[in-house]
Parts: sequence; structure tokens; C-alpha cells
Amino acid sequence: MKARVTVYPRREILDPQGKAIRGALERSGFPEVREVRAGKSFEIELGTEDPHVAGERLAAMCEKLLANTVVEEYRIELLTEGAG
Amino acid sequence: MRCGVVVFPGSNCDHDVYHVLKHVLEQEVSFLWHEDTGLKGSELVVLPGGWSYGDYLRGGAMAALSPVMAAVREHAERGGKVLGVCNGFQVLCEARLLPGALRRNRNLRFECRDVHLRVERDDLPFTVRYRAGQVVRMPIAHGEGNYEHFEAELDRLEAERRVVFRYVSPAGELDEAWNPNGSARAIAGVTNAGGNVLGLMPHPERCAEEVLGNADGLALFESVVLGATELAGARR
Repeated sequence: MKARVTVYPRREILDPQGKAIRGALERSGFPEVREVRAGKSFEIELGTEDPHVAGERLAAMCEKLLANTVVEEYRIELLTEGAG
Repeated sequence: MRCGVVVFPGSNCDHDVYHVLKHVLEQEVSFLWHEDTGLKGSELVVLPGGWSYGDYLRGGAMAALSPVMAAVREHAERGGKVLGVCNGFQVLCEARLLPGALRRNRNLRFECRDVHLRVERDDLPFTVRYRAGQVVRMPIAHGEGNYEHFEAELDRLEAERRVVFRYVSPAGELDEAWNPNGSARAIAGVTNAGGNVLGLMPHPERCAEEVLGNADGLALFESVVLGATELAGARR
């Protein structure tokens, strides 16, 4: 089973990277961009087909390493076989 | 005092810390490799600045899970002294031995210059040779030193007097213009609940001898290895 984990700075926290990217987009002819949050994405292949187990294990990975929950939020998406 | 300086792949202030402890303060010092599972009897463990494991993912995130950190955690939980400088501070936060997290500097620049710090506490093992309210000058050199935590947690840190160093003006006043990285509440260094673990972004080891033009950092090392009263026999 494949999964995608995305990690973003918490909403309440200023995201200096996202702010800089928004400024650059504005200067590049995209004034309609109101906000950019810059994060990270991980594609993870797991040796399990049980979505419940996969979800639990991925959440544990986020808490332990992939995200720093003091300043970041994470989202887990389970991808159906072949779609990832 | 037996001291251990941890070496991660990418540490580059390890020899500076070793020099201050060994040659300026004449202590017993060993390097501790990141794969070591013991601390060679160290009473003080220092996590130096530099980089660790390329700082993949986040500064200090990989290092926080290295074998030596399991031993450092046990040492800290027994009340043993641990000092983390710059990347070492990031490692301690990632290991949750200290509260909070260090994010990209607000201006997105790597800041390499002297800053002024106000010493908020002089009753910790690391600060007994300073005076509370004293302003000292130390160099910083980091791209990710922007201290963050939940507002409620910041309030709790303040209530528990866990902020040890703050970025201030040369006159010792809180002023955002003198906050080099956007840190919440101008926090430059914090301690754990027990007061035996300290992390700070500035580099005391780079200003611990008069020959360097600034010895403001020496008192931190003297505090922790010699205590409040014993005179440093090897002071140069």
C-alpha cells in the first residue's frame, strides 16, 4: 500500500518561506495568490494492505519523526494501488 | 569534571568546545561518537554546533534519534548536566529534552554576527557566574534559530522561569530590532524543568578567551564545571 504524508507549518505560525514564495509569485504575474504555505510531502510504500494498520503506523511515524508537532501539522492520505 | 563532547557527522564546533573545557579550564574531556551507546562516565555532556546528518528533514531531527542520544536522555533524566549549543539546541528540542522548536529565521537569512543577550537567571548550574540582568555579547551563526512554541506553553515557560537567555539591545532592553531571528519572546536559550539541561543558539565557546576579543562565554563553562565559588586555576 502506498501513502502520501504532507507536513505543513501550523496555521498560527508565521511561515517565512511561504511568505517569500507568495511575494515572488506576485512579482511574477500572479497577484491573485493570497497565501502560500510551504511544506513537505513524503510518498511512503508500506508492506501492509490493511488501511487501518497503515493509518495507525503512519500517524506514529509522523509523531516520532516526519513532523515536529510543536510547529507542524500533518495529513495522511492512503493511495489506492497504482494511483500513486 | 569529566566532560563529553558529542560528535555527529557534520558537527563543527566540537573542537572549540573541547578546547575551552580541556585547555582553558583544564577538565577531563572525551569526544563521544554519535554511534556510542555510553557516555564514558561524563558528568557534563555537550552537544556542539554545526550540522548533524545533513540536517535532513529538520535541523537536529535525525540526530535526536541517534544511539548516543538514548544515553544522553538517560543522563538528563537522572539529573545529569547537558548543554546544547546551536545545532545541539535543535537536537535537544527535537529529542524533546527541551521544550519548543527552532524554525527558519524570520528573514530567511543565515545570521552570522554578534548579538546581545540578557541573562535571565543566575541560579542555574550553567549561569551561577553571571548576574541576573547582566547583558553579555556572543556570536550567533544559524539559519534556523527562530524559537517557537504554543502560546500557552510560552506562558508556562515564563511562569516557570525557564527562559535563560533573551536577545536584547546593548542596553539590555527587549526590542524586536535586536531579535536576530524572530524568536518568540526573544528567547535565545531555555532550560528543562530540572534546570540541568540548557540549550542556546549563541556560541559561548566562540567567545571564551580574551585573546578572541570577547570572553563573555567563559562564565557559562566556568559555572558548569567549577560552580559558583571555586576559582578557575587555569584562567588565561
